[in-house]
Amino acid sequence: MKKRHQRLFLVLGTLAGVSVATALVLNAFRDNMTFFITPSEVQAKSEVPDRHFRIGGLVEEGSVERADDSTKVSFRVTDTESSVPVTFEGILPDLFSEGEGVVVEGEISPEGVFQADNVMARHDADYMPTAAKEAIEQAEGSAEAIGDY
Amino acid sequence: MTGRSIPWLKFTAPANFYTLAQRLVPWLWPAAALCAVAGLYMGFFVAPPDHQQGDAYRILFIHVPTAWMGMLLYLLLAAYGAIFLVWRIKMADIMARAIAPTGALMTFLSLWTGALWGAPTWGTFWVWDARLTSTLILLFLFLGYMALHAASDDREKGGRAASLLAIIGAVNVPIIYFSVEWWYNLHQGVSVMRSDGPSMADSMLAALLLMIAAFWIYAGAIVLRRAQAEALSREARTEWAQAAAAGRLTREQRERAAVGIEGNRPPLESGGQT
Repeated sequence: MKKRHQRLFLVLGTLAGVSVATALVLNAFRDNMTFFITPSEVQAKSEVPDRHFRIGGLVEEGSVERADDSTKVSFRVTDTESSVPVTFEGILPDLFSEGEGVVVEGEISPEGVFQADNVMARHDADYMPTAAKEAIEQAEGSAEAIGDY
Repeated sequence: MTGRSIPWLKFTAPANFYTLAQRLVPWLWPAAALCAVAGLYMGFFVAPPDHQQGDAYRILFIHVPTAWMGMLLYLLLAAYGAIFLVWRIKMADIMARAIAPTGALMTFLSLWTGALWGAPTWGTFWVWDARLTSTLILLFLFLGYMALHAASDDREKGGRAASLLAIIGAVNVPIIYFSVEWWYNLHQGVSVMRSDGPSMADSMLAALLLMIAAFWIYAGAIVLRRAQAEALSREARTEWAQAAAAGRLTREQRERAAVGIEGNRPPLESGGQT
């Protein structure tokens, strides 16, 4: 075997070894690699985690209630299967609105209310003009309408 | 030139590479500028505001090309690193070293524009989600490559150590790319490279593709220029490099230099090639 073939196998072997090691590590830390958990996962937990964590999902339609005299707001985060009530006091991001993606960070009380100290908006991966969005909503999800813009 | 005789190895000789780059680069600059102007015009004046984000989404015309460029350049860096380690081709090390600063710049720009985009839309500059964290690691890999390469007094040794780092770090690129599919992220999923077609309006996509072309060509031009400078400095004592630096490298000198580099191998192209 030529010297450079040895080196080629060494390089490929290193790459394969590192890949396998990385895959195993990522698999082992799977729970920690995720940025948030879903409301269903919160419900499925037998005991409420008493540490800081994040829940992600959609702001349930019609669930947002704002206080008149403060920046307190309460809403529900849903993944369409189950939902978690959330309270928050502070300034919400611009993209926060009903039916849109949201990630809340905080702790859950024994009564099951999530007290958020940070609210982040999540936007989807669709980029289109307002008129196209309306056209799609009228056509109920037909993506054909985007093409005209 | 027949299909059989594509002289891939010809450009492993720095003198031949230098001449090729010298011919290509003057075309690349105006091409990059043209694509950038067209892309920015499309992006700012033709593409409509987004239904959800209004005008804030327009930063993706910088953000997405730089992020892709960072990942792509890293893969190239690792490939050149592997070529250098296995075949000990000096030109591969020169190319890898020329790629690193541009890769670091692109990754930095993608993080920076991402922060500027995140602040108004997500409500935060930075979070430690998988996509953002792995992209930060990519930046550190580029910087680590450059530092490691420069750390050794012996350029050959430094190049080998840095190349190994580049190859090992390559596992990070698929992690960045697939992070949005493997885990829940604050970062949204893919919009362009989707199996069901891009989820973007056509004019936005056109602007984005033009900007991507601009960044590709720009990166090509700057990397070639940097590699030329490095090739000259490494071969500063040779006849061809001194002639090239003075701007009068003759074909004869170039071919003589190329034969010298190739060692005992006969010249790959003996005449017939302009």
